[in-house]
Amino acid sequence: MGLSVVGLTGVCGRQDSGAHKSTAATAFASGTHMVRRLSRRSRRPQGARRPQQARPPPSPPPPAAALMDSPSQPPPPAEGGPAAGSGAAELPRLTVTQVEQMKVEAKVADIYRVLFGNAPNANSLMLELWREQHVEYLTRGLKHLGPSFHVLDANRPWLCYWMIHALALLDETPDEDVEDDIVDFLSRCQDKDGGYGGGPGQLPHLATTYAAVNTLVTIGSERALSSINRENLYKFMLRMKDTSGAFRMHDGGEIDVRACYTAISVASLVNILDCELAKGVGDYIRRCQTYEGGIAGEPYAEAHGGYTFCGLVAMILLNEVDKLDLPSLIGWVAFRQGVECGFQGRTNKLVDGCYSFWQGAALALTQKLMTVVDEQLKSSYSSKRPPGDYACGTCSSTEAGYYAKFGFDFIKKSNQIGPLFHKIALQQYILLCAQVLDGGLRDKPGKNRDHYHSCYCLSGLSVSQYSAMVDSDACPLPQHVLGPYSNLLEPIHPLYNIVLDKYHTAYEFFSSE
Amino acid sequence: MAPSSTSSEGATDEWVPPSRRPELADVVPVPQDDGPHPVVPIAYRDEFREVMDYFRALYFAGERSVRALHLTAEAIDLNPGNYTVWHFRRLVLEALEANLQEEMNFVDQIAECNPKNYQIWHHKRWLVEKLGPGIANKEHEFTRKILAMDAKNYHAWSHRQWVLQALGGWETELQYCNQLLEEDVFNNSAWNQRYLVITRSPFLGGLAAMRDSEVDYTIEAILANPQNESPWRYLKGLYKGENDFLMADERISDVCLKVLKNDSTCVFALSLLLDLLQIGLQPSDELRGTVEAMKNSDPEIADADLATAICLILQKCDPLRINYWSWYRTTISSQI
Repeated sequence: MGLSVVGLTGVCGRQDSGAHKSTAATAFASGTHMVRRLSRRSRRPQGARRPQQARPPPSPPPPAAALMDSPSQPPPPAEGGPAAGSGAAELPRLTVTQVEQMKVEAKVADIYRVLFGNAPNANSLMLELWREQHVEYLTRGLKHLGPSFHVLDANRPWLCYWMIHALALLDETPDEDVEDDIVDFLSRCQDKDGGYGGGPGQLPHLATTYAAVNTLVTIGSERALSSINRENLYKFMLRMKDTSGAFRMHDGGEIDVRACYTAISVASLVNILDCELAKGVGDYIRRCQTYEGGIAGEPYAEAHGGYTFCGLVAMILLNEVDKLDLPSLIGWVAFRQGVECGFQGRTNKLVDGCYSFWQGAALALTQKLMTVVDEQLKSSYSSKRPPGDYACGTCSSTEAGYYAKFGFDFIKKSNQIGPLFHKIALQQYILLCAQVLDGGLRDKPGKNRDHYHSCYCLSGLSVSQYSAMVDSDACPLPQHVLGPYSNLLEPIHPLYNIVLDKYHTAYEFFSSE
Repeated sequence: MAPSSTSSEGATDEWVPPSRRPELADVVPVPQDDGPHPVVPIAYRDEFREVMDYFRALYFAGERSVRALHLTAEAIDLNPGNYTVWHFRRLVLEALEANLQEEMNFVDQIAECNPKNYQIWHHKRWLVEKLGPGIANKEHEFTRKILAMDAKNYHAWSHRQWVLQALGGWETELQYCNQLLEEDVFNNSAWNQRYLVITRSPFLGGLAAMRDSEVDYTIEAILANPQNESPWRYLKGLYKGENDFLMADERISDVCLKVLKNDSTCVFALSLLLDLLQIGLQPSDELRGTVEAMKNSDPEIADADLATAICLILQKCDPLRINYWSWYRTTISSQI
């Protein structure tokens, strides 16, 4: 999700080396398949439609072409056939979408080909998470950012969150004085009338409020948690509420599903969510679910991974998730994982590492929603009523902490089924295609690293590693973690994207407030 | 409202720092309050820092003046993502009763260089609301221009949809969708727009009136590119919430079978057939025959019922989604 503009502990012991063999083997098995799929898909349009492909292959052949020379694959229909050489004008030309997709597939295939040419023990090295480099890159950002970062000058709490959360996933905490500096800095971003802006003196904004609060919760000290003025925060949120029930980002700002999620997430987390804030939000979000099954930023816009996560989570926190058509949402998200092994954000768009979280976590959440899904399937088959077609519930409870419980209870629930995405394939994409050798993670090969992608690639990696366990905080088995077991990250609370123990500390703190 | 000659726009050598501008001589710049130990500190260039210091001075003083307007243009030029500057600019524009058509030209210029920015498009909405229906066509032309550079720009599409619904301009929209899909039939944003048009355009009679011809159009697109997911999703969308009609339209199962004849592992075709069976479609002999043929080649699924067999086939030919299909299979046994 283009959040660029304010858009939007306790590892259970490292495993011994006996685990490596099996993980590498799993990776190899699943990955071989991926390469074959990739080659098949990327071959067709090239061979069939590009006039220059009719020429004898240059030597040495380009890597992508070499990869395609698998005897198990049938030749593309046009190659050497009657269409080649004659009537080239009749052949369908490649569209922009196809060309861009092929370029990415070729780059990814290059990387995976190296993996499968390696001996299994070399794979384990290649599949390592470069912790030290990432920690260094993230820690450095906290202390210094170059002049080109001026375009993120209205996103500084986001920068804090991306770095601090990514570090927490890696089980790293900055020095205590740096943590205190962050608390001081964010207090300067806190508006006197509530909420946090993108920098000191800037207007309060819901997305930077989310980033600031999540950062403070991740720091987790009494000083950090008590620096949030909850009374004013509540007033700020009420001011941001539109008559439709949805939220706007800031005074006079845009209304969308991102604003709804950031408001509901923060309000739930610091235990200020009540009927007043909650009413009407669910109906707005329901109107944003599209014919494809995913959720859009606004009614009628295109289904999108970032908004799908935001909408789904807000509905869970509001206890209104039954208003969404969950089977069609699941069907849409499951199809966003592609031959590159990572997720795309929208149908027929390119893979991007950040959707490892937005899409991966959305699917992981549905592992705990199977009771609702089954109900919806039953009712849609029997009564022909489309799932999610329910009258709006009315808020009745005034009990303190009523809403905060939904986030707390959700994480205690067991996963009723295994993950609906390919968790090993996803980890393979993150480790091999998104990692940058000098530290940091990126969208895809050929792109630069940044803090946003570092945060969301690692968040997605964590979700993926823990997705096969029945309980959210249970320690994954070696075969669930691709690469060495030391790749294992901290578990998160996927509704807030906060490291799980940090969430629990904050929950305790704000329940007693 | 283009910035004055003192702005950063135009030749850089002409740029005069705010501290040396006579019209700002009485303003005391306000530095950013980053505290003694800032975190995520940005090494601002002098130009950026100075403009922002002067902006802060006028913003905190609430000065709604021409010089404030010029300074906001400069700050926006340096960082179009600063929503506080945009917000203040709107207050100033209102106070000055500025020419909003000129303001639209200003924001359009910035949008062309920064087409993926929330603030710019939000500012345009604010202007469109003020300028009213007369501006609809110009807005549609503008989004066309942006979409010609990137036909999937999410912000541009959202803006276009909002203008359509607020001010109209539907007359040629279906044609525009046709054009974009002719250029790139994989453009899912164009399919999504098509869905808006056929369901919401006041000229087309709504989904019920359009469904029949849309099914034909979509099937043609599927047959031309069976691996294109967009029309498959669109086809199902045409019958959203209307399972009985979906089942009754023989063209739906026909297109699946036709595609499977050429490519027996087409995931989208198998998946749609499965959906049809799930909602109660009575399988035709042809459908039964097609699936039986696939079953025969695989002894593991010989005894399975039709829907289960399709799931098992999908588990094999779509292994990336093996967990999804095996879960899906469990929902069959719980229904039927």
